[in-house]
Amino acid sequence: MKFGVIVFPGSNCDHDAWYAVRENLGQEAEFIWHDADTLGDVDAVILPGGFAYGDYLRCGAIAKFSPVMQAVKRFASDGGLVLGICNGFQILVEAGLLPGALVRNAGLKFVCREVRLRTETTDSPFTAAATVGQVLRVPIAHGEGCYVADERTLDELEAQGRVVFRYVDNPNGSARDIAGVLSRERNVMGMMPHPERASDPLMGSTDGLLVFRSMVSAPAHA
Amino acid sequence: MTAVSPELIATHQLTEAEYGKIVRILGREPSYTELGIFSVMWSEHCSYKSSRLHLKKLPTRGRFVVQGPGENAGIVDIGAGYVAAFKIESHNHPSFIEPFQGAATGVGGILRDIFTMGARPIAVMDALRFGPLDDPVNGARNRRILGGVVSGIAHYGNCFGVPTVGGECVFEACYNGNPLVNVFALGVARKDEIFYAKASGIGNPVIYVGAKTGRDGIHGASMASAEFTEESKQKRPNVQVGDPFLEKLLLEACLEAMQTGAIVGIQDMGAAGLTCSTCEMGSRGGTGIDIELDRVPKRESGMTAYEIMLSESQERMLLVAEKGREEEVFRVFRKWGLDAVSVGQVTGDGLLRVRHHGEIVAEIPNQPLADSAPLYDRPHTQPLRTAPMQAPAFASQNLTRDLEMLLASGDICSKRWIWEQYDHQVRTNTLAGPAAADAAILRIKESGAALAMALDGNARYCYLSPREGTKLMVAECCRNLAVVGAEPVGATNNLNFGNPERPEIMAQLVESVEGMADACRFFDVPITGGNVSLYNETLGEGIWPTPVVGVVGLLKNGAPVGLHFRNTGRSVVLLGGAGVCDAVRFGGTQYAKAVLHQLWGLPPALDLEFEKRLQAAVREIVGARLAESAHDLSDGGLAVALAESSFGPESVGAEIDIASDLPAELLLFHEGPSRVLISTAEPERVAAIAARHGVEAPRVGVTTEGEIVIRNSSGELIRTQVEELRRIFEEALENKLRA
Repeated sequence: MKFGVIVFPGSNCDHDAWYAVRENLGQEAEFIWHDADTLGDVDAVILPGGFAYGDYLRCGAIAKFSPVMQAVKRFASDGGLVLGICNGFQILVEAGLLPGALVRNAGLKFVCREVRLRTETTDSPFTAAATVGQVLRVPIAHGEGCYVADERTLDELEAQGRVVFRYVDNPNGSARDIAGVLSRERNVMGMMPHPERASDPLMGSTDGLLVFRSMVSAPAHA
Repeated sequence: MTAVSPELIATHQLTEAEYGKIVRILGREPSYTELGIFSVMWSEHCSYKSSRLHLKKLPTRGRFVVQGPGENAGIVDIGAGYVAAFKIESHNHPSFIEPFQGAATGVGGILRDIFTMGARPIAVMDALRFGPLDDPVNGARNRRILGGVVSGIAHYGNCFGVPTVGGECVFEACYNGNPLVNVFALGVARKDEIFYAKASGIGNPVIYVGAKTGRDGIHGASMASAEFTEESKQKRPNVQVGDPFLEKLLLEACLEAMQTGAIVGIQDMGAAGLTCSTCEMGSRGGTGIDIELDRVPKRESGMTAYEIMLSESQERMLLVAEKGREEEVFRVFRKWGLDAVSVGQVTGDGLLRVRHHGEIVAEIPNQPLADSAPLYDRPHTQPLRTAPMQAPAFASQNLTRDLEMLLASGDICSKRWIWEQYDHQVRTNTLAGPAAADAAILRIKESGAALAMALDGNARYCYLSPREGTKLMVAECCRNLAVVGAEPVGATNNLNFGNPERPEIMAQLVESVEGMADACRFFDVPITGGNVSLYNETLGEGIWPTPVVGVVGLLKNGAPVGLHFRNTGRSVVLLGGAGVCDAVRFGGTQYAKAVLHQLWGLPPALDLEFEKRLQAAVREIVGARLAESAHDLSDGGLAVALAESSFGPESVGAEIDIASDLPAELLLFHEGPSRVLISTAEPERVAAIAARHGVEAPRVGVTTEGEIVIRNSSGELIRTQVEELRRIFEEALENKLRA
């Protein structure tokens, strides 16, 4: 599979995602610059962590207007796999590809630590290789990772099985402990934790590889 | 043009003699702009005029050293065609005046020092000193400064994308009016792609890149070279404001522009801004630089030449490109949305010539401006100390409670509240981050090797004896590396002291530097660069001598050995044994501080030869993967090291039995160096290696589930639950911050 890793000027986990899918998983990967109008021939897109355009305004608020995001939207509506990690998740909700919003952590501080994630559904191209209830050890590193949405949206997400991961010990005040959600068509996922940081045995956990491995095994979209 | 009056000279912190030297260099009176330029270049901060003479005593060469002091950062060879560039720098004064921005721009400044050499920063550590959080008078302010400094470091490092992987944080009353923020950064470059801050090639364009110039930070370097008074708050406008996103763009653009091959030399604009970068690059290249200030990108209108030359606006770089290849450079900076403007050219006359609005506003020979700053052999007498030599009488009522007090004390308690605010994993190289091992460990993806690094300082020891304290500190830092199996290859130092014009303070500096020189030479760790921060005094009250050292080591085997016990039923071995101590040598310990609230005597005795053997032994044991955990004995001695070793995810404790003649308080809490606690499944092999190095390695006990028990020949000294100690250790800092 060929992954495209989007690079905004302030992306700083772009190399980490690239390294995880390429070196830890042995897949192809290439970087896509933020002013690109097309995504080329990639099979899946990763929006990495970082601070896209500095994020001095709301996280992701400017990134949603970038040329590459118009291409990502088209790619997603054609059924392409899009994974947003951390800042990538923030951008996906700002761009309207995922519901809800990510606001300041309940503790009002940036938090970097390993958390445990409970896999809530395996009916997704991002978790097909997992088992329901499987607990993954994956780090978080964010200041604005508190997931919020109105009750109806949250109910709908639950009813449709679109909550992918929940925190076992909620680190940021996210509604209903939500750590990751799926789009209605289930081909777009956003998650605050960093699976690319849990993809190398040397880094203490390889649980994050499960996400990328699931993507690789997902049936190619038409 | 403003006439240069004696008052004007004095407000520029220049002495009459220094002014006379300026007139001699120029052969005339300086203009106002020239006076400003000289005053920042000859400030203590930029010129090291009080310390230079003594810094020469430090060893700076070694078989791994590629670049020693004098450049933006030191460089060591890490093998496979790669080098590591690293340095530590202080941002003490700004962090007191405006903690958040002061600390943030401290991180920004040191990062630029690293990537200006062509190295991508991969790690940051910081050494922080604050007044006590529960200080009856200054507590609230100290808490606010700590909060501001930590969020400033987090803000800058996290956004820039460099992991903050370790450091230390200590509280003493002497930092009430003078907190210390020392930031260490390390980057990696290819050995054949190192860039230097040298202006060469007559006619080559001088290009300004990065942020626009504003009025912020004017005279920041001079501010950092004076004591604080009641009026210091008014200096807030002297503190610069950082923009980590812009710095990230600057990093990427600079590294990419370097790949074009069109860049001849490059230097960041840090302290003394455009002034320092132009004259230092010219001086190193033996050339002149002619710049036109009208072309400098500005964010404010009506700026004078003086203001433009002295501005310390952040995130700016000056580079010299190959003539005719400017466009290749401009193209890269355009891609990253940054200003890049040709502001002048390299000349052959050795002069820094500054033009503004069609006039020459400054014309100074580069070399004397940069390198002929005054050099002072300041008088030094006996180092200042008022602590008594004799120990008071003391006897513990309850040793378990004493241990709890130590674990809850500011210096020893968990700093999780601090380091969890730092992204310590970005770039996925962090094999051992904060509080995981005695040194931080980062892998180098490009070369397959790993680097270990640690920061150490101990002002209590240094106050009691600057010379012995500094040696102990260097020994501990090297030991921290040995404990993770690394071989030290180079070091950087940050010398934080009070007013050098006081002979008893100058004596602290001199003895400390000499102690550092001896120890670095002994352990074969050259100092490749660093920083000196003097005048850390407020209202006449100075800090204790606070040298800080950062040591970098090479590690062949990537998988780290942490400090936590991992399995029950393992042998606990105390490499180096119970150690030696007497009451006088107990006066600088954390026990004396946190339990007895006193300070006396001398720092622990250090046997350098034994320390070296101990380090060799532990390095071999860890390298052979015989230790499941390894942790050196330092603050709080044996009992604290044992407790810390048990705070792993599995809460594995230990039952220890030590035969020793030492009184119980000393046995448990003395800080005699050269000792490491390890747990191992192969005690015989460990013992054999230790014996070969002439290091005693008593098997003192066994790891157990969830309990800590320590006995000596007279019976049980401590029995307690790991979880209870952990709760105290983990909650202490937040409790103090809530106070």
